[in-house]
Amino acid sequence: MIIIPPAALDQVNRHAVSIFPDECCGFLFGQEQEDGTRIISVIRQVDNAKPGDKRRRFEITPKDYMQAEEFALENNLSLLGIYHSHPGHPAIPSEHDRVAAQPYFSYVIISVLQGYIDHIRSWRLNDDSRFEEEVFSSISVNQTI
Amino acid sequence: MATVIIPTPLRKFTNQTARLQVEAETVGEIIEKITVDFPELKKHLLDPQGSIRSFVNIFSGDDDIRDLQHEKTKISQSTIISIVPAIAGGI
Repeated sequence: MIIIPPAALDQVNRHAVSIFPDECCGFLFGQEQEDGTRIISVIRQVDNAKPGDKRRRFEITPKDYMQAEEFALENNLSLLGIYHSHPGHPAIPSEHDRVAAQPYFSYVIISVLQGYIDHIRSWRLNDDSRFEEEVFSSISVNQTI
Repeated sequence: MATVIIPTPLRKFTNQTARLQVEAETVGEIIEKITVDFPELKKHLLDPQGSIRSFVNIFSGDDDIRDLQHEKTKISQSTIISIVPAIAGGI
């Protein structure tokens, strides 16, 4: 399960909407609990460095990636995943997503339309390098229903 | 010994170790040694032909080894080698 509290999720959503119809991308930092639940506490936006058409592809530079790893170490956080948007498309990993996907990371995908978020889903690779959906929640850590 | 920085996604294959100390003269030797010590790293770093996967970047200091001498890039005792996964995707 991955939990992105409302304030952090708002950052992600605003990013996705603001650069529509291009794809947005960024890093998810936080802590993984003993039961495997991932709680995201920090979002860092990065530029979509993909040359050419950013409406259908995203890319993060090695330099931005290395800075993200350093940021995690310096702040005693874990780099737990990546978010990116699918403008005008469902939040389902594409083959482009799968071939470049890393083990361990959560891949949060935001389906964004003009001016609003349609839906969000999160995925992780299994041991056979296939994506499996993980439960996504935006309920804040101390919030009860 | 050179220092090898393991990225977060691959640390589960190195017993959660973020930095490895490796005695080697080239980047290729480093890759060979760490995939022997941690065999599960191999499929994530190398393709079936034994070359570094296209979605894996290896940096010697601030330089991509593709801009140097690839696996034959020489390293020194103080070299920091970073394994950097390519992060990309799309619709």
